[in-house]
Order: sequence, then C-alpha cells, then structure tokens
Amino acid sequence: MSKELIRLRDITMEFDGEKILDGINLYFNDKEFLTLLGPSGCGKTTTLRIIGGFLTPSSGDVLFDGKRMNDVPPYDRQVNTVFQRYALFPHLNVYENIAFGLRVAKLPKAEIQERVHEMLGIVGLKGYEHRRIESLSGGQQQRVAIARALVNRPKVLLLDEPLAALDLRLRKDMQNELKRIQQTLGITFIYVTHDQEEALSMSDTVVVMDKGRIQQIGKPEDIYNEPKNAFVADFIGESNILDGVMLEDYKVRFFGRTFKCLDAGFTPNEPVDVVIRPEDIDFVPPEEGHLVGTVTSVTFKGLNYDIIVDFRGFKWLIQTTDHQPEGATVGIRLNPEDIHVMHKSEYSGMFGDYSSYSAEYDELTEDADHEEE
Amino acid sequence: MKRVNRLFTIAIFVFLYIPMVVLIVASFSKGKDITEFEGFTFMRYAEVFQDRSLLSLLGNSLLISVLASGIATVFGTVACMGIHNLKPRMRKTVMSLTNIPMTNPDIVTGISLSLLFVFVGSKLLQQRNSLTFWTLLIAHVTFNLPYVILNVMPKLHQMDKSLTEAAMDLGCTPLQSFFKVTLHEIMPGVITGAIMAFTMSLDDFVISYFVTGLDFITLPVEIYNYTKKQMQPKIYAMFTMLFLLIIVLMVIMNLLQLRQEKAKRRDAK
Amino acid sequence: MKKNRSLLLSGPYILWMLAFTLIPLGVVLYYALTDVETGKFTLNNMAQLLQYLPAFWRSICYSVVAALICLLIGYPVAYYMSRCGAVAQKFLYMLVMLPMCMSFLLRTMAWVGLLQDTGIINSLLSSIGLPTVEMIRTPGAVILGMVYNYLPYMILPLYSVICKIDRRLVEAAEDLGCNGPKVFSKVILPLSMPGILTGMTMVFVPAVSTFYISNKMGSTETILIGDIIERMFKQGDNANMGAALSLLLMVLVFVCTGIINRFGSDEEGSVIV
Repeated sequence: MSKELIRLRDITMEFDGEKILDGINLYFNDKEFLTLLGPSGCGKTTTLRIIGGFLTPSSGDVLFDGKRMNDVPPYDRQVNTVFQRYALFPHLNVYENIAFGLRVAKLPKAEIQERVHEMLGIVGLKGYEHRRIESLSGGQQQRVAIARALVNRPKVLLLDEPLAALDLRLRKDMQNELKRIQQTLGITFIYVTHDQEEALSMSDTVVVMDKGRIQQIGKPEDIYNEPKNAFVADFIGESNILDGVMLEDYKVRFFGRTFKCLDAGFTPNEPVDVVIRPEDIDFVPPEEGHLVGTVTSVTFKGLNYDIIVDFRGFKWLIQTTDHQPEGATVGIRLNPEDIHVMHKSEYSGMFGDYSSYSAEYDELTEDADHEEE
Repeated sequence: MKRVNRLFTIAIFVFLYIPMVVLIVASFSKGKDITEFEGFTFMRYAEVFQDRSLLSLLGNSLLISVLASGIATVFGTVACMGIHNLKPRMRKTVMSLTNIPMTNPDIVTGISLSLLFVFVGSKLLQQRNSLTFWTLLIAHVTFNLPYVILNVMPKLHQMDKSLTEAAMDLGCTPLQSFFKVTLHEIMPGVITGAIMAFTMSLDDFVISYFVTGLDFITLPVEIYNYTKKQMQPKIYAMFTMLFLLIIVLMVIMNLLQLRQEKAKRRDAK
Repeated sequence: MKKNRSLLLSGPYILWMLAFTLIPLGVVLYYALTDVETGKFTLNNMAQLLQYLPAFWRSICYSVVAALICLLIGYPVAYYMSRCGAVAQKFLYMLVMLPMCMSFLLRTMAWVGLLQDTGIINSLLSSIGLPTVEMIRTPGAVILGMVYNYLPYMILPLYSVICKIDRRLVEAAEDLGCNGPKVFSKVILPLSMPGILTGMTMVFVPAVSTFYISNKMGSTETILIGDIIERMFKQGDNANMGAALSLLLMVLVFVCTGIINRFGSDEEGSVIV
C-alpha cells in the first residue's frame, strides 16, 4: 500500500451561511491520480482550493503528512496548482513563467536553466522560450501552465479543470499526455473535472461529489459498475433507474416480476433503486422476454443505436447494435449480472427516467457545465 | 499590513480634504481672513444672492460648458463614425491629431489658441477686439472634442460589426441603422465623454484665462482675478454651495448606478 | 461610396482639429520667430531662451519630485481602494474625483492660509507653545501644492489598472512560493506599470507647466517656467518671447513624457532577459 500524503478530516466550508462543503473526509496517496468529479457547484473546486491553501475551511483539518496545515499559506505548501484558464503571467514570456517559482526560491541560475529546459522538453515546448504568452494557442498555454507548476517538483499537483477550455480533439491528446507525465514523474495528481469520461479514463481513484458531499469513492470500474446511489449511477454514464423491492438476498422484485441478482445485505422487503445500464440490455423475441415493450424512438449514434422502449409507461434507454424499427414490439431478458441494486437515497426518483429523452440531451448538460464557478 | 494601509489611506484623504474644510469654515466666518474664525455668520451666503455678480459668472460658466460639451458631443460622435471606417494609417494620423490637446500642457494650448485668434482677428480681419464669447466657445469645443472621441472610439471598436449589417439587411438605411442600432451600442461612451467634457469645461481655468476677452468672463477666471486682489469671502460661500451640489449629484449618480447594477444582477439570475 | 461617406463624416472634424490645434502651433512658431516691435523675422527670442534655462530646470526638478511623491503616496491608496468591497470602492472613487471638480484656485488659496507665517498651522503651533515654522515661499510648499493638486490624477489610473489585475495571478504566484511582499514585487508591481506611467505623465505635464501654484505658494526663488510665460503674455507684453518659451516647454514635455514611456518599455525589457 502506498503512503498517505494528504488527509482532509471533517471539512466543512460555508460562504454567507451557505454550506459549500459538508463533512468531507478524504485521503490522498503517494503517486496516485485522483479525480474529484461532479457537476458545477458540487464543491470540487472548493475542495481543491482548500488543499492549495487559497481557502481556509470553516471547520475540520487539512493534514499533510499528519501535520495540520489549515493556516499555512499557499507559498509554504509543497503543492502546486494548474489553474482553470491557466493564470499565466502576461508580463513574462514562456521561459520566465516557468522559471517563476524557481526564481522565487532563489535557485542558482544554472540549475534554473537546466530545470526549465528539462520541463520544456517534457511538455513539448522546446524552442518556445521567448514567446509571449498571448502568442500561444490554448493548448500551448496549457502546457506552460503545467510546466510552471511541475518545475517546482511538488509532491502533489492540483489541476482545476485544466482541459475545460480546449476543444475536443486537443482535450483527448492532453488527457494522454497528462497521464504520461504523471506516470513519468511519479507525482500525486489531484484533478478536478465535471467530465465523467475524462475522470474514468485517467484516474486511479475517482471521488464523485454532489451538494458538498462525497457520494462515492472508488476505482473507475467500481464507480461505474457498482454505483452507490441514483446520483452516481446517473452522473457516470447512462442508467435506467427503477423502483424495486429487495425480497431477500439475491432476489429483487420490480415491474411485477422477481429477478435474480448478485446483491445481498439488504433488510428483507427493503425498497430499493434498481440500476440497469443501457448497454447491458439485449433484445430477444417478445415471447422469450422477461419484459415486453414498444420502441418509441431510435437514434443512430455511430457505434450503436440509442433506442427508447416504453415498458408500461416507463421509458428505458437501450444501447444496442441491433436496429429495431420505431413502433416494433420487443422483448428483453435481464441476467443477474445486469441488475444492480442500491439503497434508496435523497436522489431516488430524480434520475433514470428517459421519458423526456432527446438526442441533444448530452450536449445540453455539457454546455451548462461549462458555465461553472 | 492592511491596517497600516488603511490608516495611511485615511491620512491621504484627510490631506485631500483639509483645504475644503478650511474653505467651508471660512464661509461661515465674520472676518475676511481665511486664517482666522471671527464668529459665525450666514452673511456670506446672503451676499452671494444679493450681489448677483457671482451668480451671473456661474451662469456664464454653465452656458459655455453646456454649449461646448453639447457641440463637442454631437460633432465628436459624428466624426467617430467617419474615423472608424477610415483606412488604418489615416485613422492613426487622425488619432494622433486628437491626442495633441491631451498631451500638450494646457498653458501651451491656451496660448496657441489665443495667439491664433489675435493673429487672425487683428492682422487679417482688422478687428480691435478679437477675443470674444465665440473664440472662447471655439477653444472649449476644441479641448472637449478629444474627450468625446477617446470615449466613443473604443465602444465603436468593441461593437459587433454584424449588428449594423443585420440592421441594413433588415431594411435600414445607414442613417436609420445608426440611430436604431449603433447609437444605442455606443451610448455609454457618448455619455461618459459628454460628462467628462462638461466637467472639464466647467472647471477650466488655464485655457480660458488666455483665450477669454473682456466682454465674457467665466467663474474660474474671475476667481483668479479675486485671488490677486483682496479676497472676497462670499466666494467661499459660493464654493461651499457648489461643493454640496456636486456631492449630491455624485451620490445620486452612484446610487442610480448601483441600482442599475443590482437590477442587472437580478436579471442575470 | 463607403469611403466617401467616412471622409464626409470625419472631414469636418479633421479640418477643425487642424485649424485649432496644429495651425495655432504654427502661429506660436511664427510669433517665436518674429520681433516683438518690428514684427520682422528674428532668432533673438530663441537665443534669449538660454537665460531661462534655470527656470526650466527648476520646473522639471520640482515636477519630477512631485510626480514621484504622488506615486509613493498614491500607490498604497489605489491599492487599498482596489481591495475594498464594491460599494466602498465606489465611495472612495467618488472621494478622489470630488476634489478634481472643485476650483483648484480656491483650494490652493486654502493651502496658503494653512501654511502662511501667520497661518492656521503656525497659530496652532504657537498656541501649544511650539516655535512657528516657515513653510510658505519654500520649494517644499510649491511641491506640496503640486502633489496636492495632481494626486487624484495619479490615484485614478493606478486604481483602474490594479483593479484589472486578475486575482488568479496573485494566487498563482502564491502557489509558486511567493509570500506577500514577493507577490507584490514580482506580479502586482510589474502589472501595474501602465498605470504608473499614465499617472506619472498625468502629474508631470500639468505640474511642469503650472503658473498658479508657484505664484501663490512660492517665492521669487521658486519661479517656474509657467510663471514666466504667463507674465510675458499678461503683464510683460512680450508675446513673442512667451511664444518662444511655450515652444520650448512643449518640446520639453514631449521629450520628458517620451523618457517616462521609454523607461517603462526598458523596464519590461529587463524583465524578459
């Protein structure tokens, strides 16, 4: 097990009587890529700013190597930050921006030069030393920001939505690059994003947050496969979420039928949320199906079709490569491993119904997220 | 550190306002000397209103500044529309021409204009009195124009070009599109320019001092004449009243602005 | 068609500015090069400029000192203002603007009343048993008058530049190891350079050409170039000599503001090295 570097203990944060963070408990290990994931206003950036030292929590402790750091100012912390929209110094060129922290630390000139050049190599900006910041593209500015933070050899690098301002293509490239840099240098990365795909593909550990609370912590696979509540299930990927009752271990009843499942440890007859991932569902001829419904809409998505099926007034999203015409009657079978049972939570009933589904759904939510913080 | 800075800031504001306090106190003094307070009186205020000379001088100042800033605002805004569409090199030349009165010391501007008027008036037109109300007005318009231009031009640059194109596409003539779209967009700049021009004009002493003739004198110039002779304490009363008036105007403007901003924030939510 | 329209709109303005800014400067040159009595061409006025060089030098020294003092005391004020809440900022901004709207002649008179030998400050001193101090008619008084009159011209541009500095740049500097003073010297100060230059220019130009302040607060020892020009026109009846002096003043201001701005770009250059 790797060493623990930073621990947040019972952190709460209030602004003007509004609770932004509510009892955050979290620890960060050495060499870990940890992502704070959540919608805008969930408190992820606030958490990051508390670690960076830009905010002091209303209550709770920030511990670095077991030492309480609440009141230590940013410049005395061994962490560095890659800011949202970079915050590069406009009056300095690329070289001076990167050398900034080293100059403040009064390192010898030769060492500064060596380290800056090494960093320029790592982020692929050799030859750009004397360029002015405004003359760089978004992706290049991004690299300067990363180099400026990493050149100080921090134990922990904080990244606040560093890719949000880049276009899709560049974002994918930079994701790979960041992961590569993290592995090469062996530093802990704490990464904030609202993009679930980014979080799943880059992280060792994902922390899903909402309303100032941690909803779930886990490896990307676990978060996806075993969501703890309706919020996580909906935020990470697409989910059909249904009301059900857990009859006994491994038996759950919904839609008037009893299904076998792999979940246990619920009190008998406990009302639960049942999650079924759209890509786990396969069509069968109606007479063989556990459930029978009518196709109401079909959208071609490239890799698959998004098909909305109406089962007794409840609309499910099904992702499949099988084309079905609109209006067709279809059956589905659900295997025990396709069914995931969750305790009821405050989020029950808020997500997982595709009655108002439209093809633009994804893009709309993403746009809203960009106006964050 | 912040507390030290706060104390320092307070000290500087005290420094800025001490002379005002001295003048206001003097306006209530029975004596003529600004340095001694010889008993309380409202006499000086009564004098301002009984003896109309100060009020008529104030009237002169207002007349000049309203006319000059008004003319400069309209003239300058129209000019901006043209300058905006000039070729870049030509535009640069015009803008450096605009900057001459801004960077030249006031005394040089005043002298150059007065020499021009005297030269043209006495040598070319053979007039005896070449400095009149009209020359003063020309001088004020001239130093007001840059304030309008420099406030309106940035707004024109910021404006989305496709707005006027859209207006024309929807059937506006260029003139209509100016009044219906462009003017609305650049209004904040026009207003700031007009206000700045007005206050500069109202307050101007140096340029007016050199350009002014005998038949039309503004308040600041006459105050200067007073300071050279025996000071008349009623001037302190005038100062105090203007001071209060300007405070009231500024507070009203600030409150309006705050309210506007609040409304905007509400709308945004 | 479009080109004609823009010329039609800007033409009158261009003509106006030519007639009332450029041509007047030509007239000044004409007067400077003609004799006051005969009206014939002469270089006499120009030659006589030499005797006024001490006054020019004094004007420059005083106004540079005044501009530097304004910067030193104006910067903390502007900085403090920029850190206040929105309403307080508006209020303080108004307080800085307000003196600019009031007659500077009367405010300077008030300073005379304060600093006189029998003035308010000295009466206060003697009433508590301290010796009186001679303040009026000293170079210090003239510089004080300049600082007092033109301080707002320094504070306002500084304030607007400091306000625009991105909060995140300060955070980034802290993140990279700067404590308070270092954040100031490495980020805030270099980024406020444009405001400093504007402020310096806006104080220097009126200060170097003032004639009223030195007249009221100074003595014959502290005569500035503005005083001399004013006398040439209003009392001395030697408009031609005055024109020559004005011309030199204009050139001087041009050179000095050029130096101030050059100083700024050098500063930037040294940061880049």
